[in-house]
Amino acid sequence: MVLASPVSNLHSAWASRLLEGLPAVTGDLAELQRRGRAALAATPLPQQHQEDWRFTDLSPLTALTPRWRKACPELPSDLPAPAPGTLRLWLDGRGDPLAGVVLPAGLTPLSPAELDGALGHSLAAVGCEHHWPVQFNHATAGRCLALRVSGPEPISLELVSAASQPESLLPLRLLLLLEEQAELELSQVLLGSGSSLTSLVLEAHLGRGARLRHAVIALGEAPACLLGHLAVEQESESRYQLSTASRGWALARLEPRISQLSGAAHTQLTGLQLAEERQVAVTHSWVRFEGPDGSLEQLHKAIADGQGRSVFNGAVRVPRAAQRTNASQLSRNLLLSPQARIDTKPELEIVADDVRCAHGATVSRLQLDQLFYLQSRGIDVELAANLLKRGFCAEALQQLPTAAANWRPLERLLRQGSPLGELP
Amino acid sequence: MILPDAELLLQIVDLHARVDDQPILKGVNLEIRAGEIHAVMGRNGSGKSTLSKVLAGHPSYRVTGGSVLFRGEDLLALPPEQRARIGVFLGFQYPVEIPGVSNLEFLRVATNARRLERGEEELDTFSFEDLVHERLQVVQMDPAFLARSVNEGFSGGEKKRNEILQMALLEPLLAILDETDSGLDIDALRIVAGGVNHLATAANATLLITHYQRLLDVITPDFVHVMAAGRILRTGGKELALELEQRGYDWVDQELADQELANQGAPALGVV
Ligand SMILES: Nc1ncnc2c1ncn2[C@@H]1O[C@H](COP(=O)(O)OP(=O)(O)OP(=O)(O)O)[C@@H](O)[C@H]1O
Ligand SMILES: [Mg+2]
Repeated sequence: MVLASPVSNLHSAWASRLLEGLPAVTGDLAELQRRGRAALAATPLPQQHQEDWRFTDLSPLTALTPRWRKACPELPSDLPAPAPGTLRLWLDGRGDPLAGVVLPAGLTPLSPAELDGALGHSLAAVGCEHHWPVQFNHATAGRCLALRVSGPEPISLELVSAASQPESLLPLRLLLLLEEQAELELSQVLLGSGSSLTSLVLEAHLGRGARLRHAVIALGEAPACLLGHLAVEQESESRYQLSTASRGWALARLEPRISQLSGAAHTQLTGLQLAEERQVAVTHSWVRFEGPDGSLEQLHKAIADGQGRSVFNGAVRVPRAAQRTNASQLSRNLLLSPQARIDTKPELEIVADDVRCAHGATVSRLQLDQLFYLQSRGIDVELAANLLKRGFCAEALQQLPTAAANWRPLERLLRQGSPLGELP
Repeated sequence: MILPDAELLLQIVDLHARVDDQPILKGVNLEIRAGEIHAVMGRNGSGKSTLSKVLAGHPSYRVTGGSVLFRGEDLLALPPEQRARIGVFLGFQYPVEIPGVSNLEFLRVATNARRLERGEEELDTFSFEDLVHERLQVVQMDPAFLARSVNEGFSGGEKKRNEILQMALLEPLLAILDETDSGLDIDALRIVAGGVNHLATAANATLLITHYQRLLDVITPDFVHVMAAGRILRTGGKELALELEQRGYDWVDQELADQELANQGAPALGVV
């Protein structure tokens, strides 16, 4: 017998209040919405006694009361100019982002039938279709931006969203099918402020030899929260390169999950997260090799300051079939305050015997000798600390697509106050 | 050059300092006037680097007695960055590597901090590039080092050149160079020493910490001090360095022992 605890009571009230306010299911995603809502009604919110949520304090999320209302009334005017050659799409969770847009050659929207066939495929392949944040997205997302990428020309796409209305909800659902040898640069910029909740679910399938360079720049302002699942399937010879950077959210939880369907692909994951004040920044990555000769190169960096809390969990699965896998994972963390907290955990499950798997984790403070060296050149402590933080962060932002770099994420991660403020 | 009327830049009186409650400096006295070049020599562990770090304000060292005036101002009351801004420069024995921080950016921020203090305008990236390329020539350093992270992966000699480059940019009034000569090959030693000579004027002063005469062959000191057990045991002219080169430091032990004995024999000496 399971007794409902006061916490789970509270949580189910949170979910049912949300569900009650949702409009009737409609459109291409009606079936998914129906299933998501049923699941949400039946499943309690994740709790910290569940291993995957152990260090994720959900109270910033339950403190929000998201309702079905427009998250951002209109396109903000102060966005940086789009990078030349990049198609910028504005995602408001409601309107059709492709309305009135001329797509470049090689980029085509999926038909409803194609969408129906493809939806959920990558989520299932990486084993997260039942995860609570995914169900949540299913329950709430009314449309899916679904694109096929083909042809020899590399394509650059920038997806921008901003949730700023109080008590608002921004569900983003994306699906990308990269055909053989197709090449895409995808820069996602997620902005969030006020008591808003952004929920992102992206599925991507990389055909043989396809390349996806993907950046997620997530800039928030508490109490806004962000939940994101990135589900990526890679055929052999494909390359997936992901850079994530997040700062400012009361709670940001990103879960990149990658499956190399038959190995022999390359995956590069670079993450950077800041947790300051009372913020919670969480990354749970998961990479599985289903065949031999795959490689993974992963670097995760985090800075925790104030009473911030940073969590990294890096799962790597190398089953027997995945011989000659070459995987490296490094977690580097900077702890800047005695009240801040960092939890970092590699989670390697290696069954194959002929594999190279390196992993390491470090947690350090700012080095006194480095600070003193800078000070001894006339640089004041604050600036010195900032230079050192910059040095720490810069490494993780080196390989951004131009469109993402245009947002000057390094400056936004380091500027005093909110990352959304104006830059000089 | 010794100019009797020159400004007294640095005045150290009976300086005591500790690290982790262990006394290292035990009564250092030293005066440096503008225009002068001083050399401090002494055995490994005698406290030379400690003295330099205490002057620069390293947080690991606690001053437990004595005073340090820089141009009449209480140097010890200032945070390290302020000491640098008013013109005290420490060339590190072991320059620190700072991954991810661009050398050029670092040099610019440092230079501007000093310029602001001197009432000069800050330099933007363009004018700074001009200045830094001009100063690179003082140490004949490859501009490629500007694009790298501060000291990261620099060879020992390259790090020392980078220190002198910083000195050339900051134009200190008092430069304390802690074993800037160690780790340099023969050509590099000549270049670096030439740079130091080039930067020395009647308005500033240099304190060289070194073990070797070969540096003092190129940079002629006005005074040579021998440090032992946290004090300056003897001061002389440039010939003292030559004497050390020939005789080594054994006599230092003898002299220390004699002093110890004298102190024990006359405990009332402390009461004046
Ligand atoms: N941070 C520290 N922690 C512990 N001991 C220290 C520290 N700094 C200096 N000391 C000790 O103080 C003494 C003097 O050290 P210092 O580095 O000043 O010597 P030095 O004269 O510069 O020697 P060298 O010629 O080898 O450079 C040594 O015994 C050293 O071990
Ligand atoms: Mg030393």
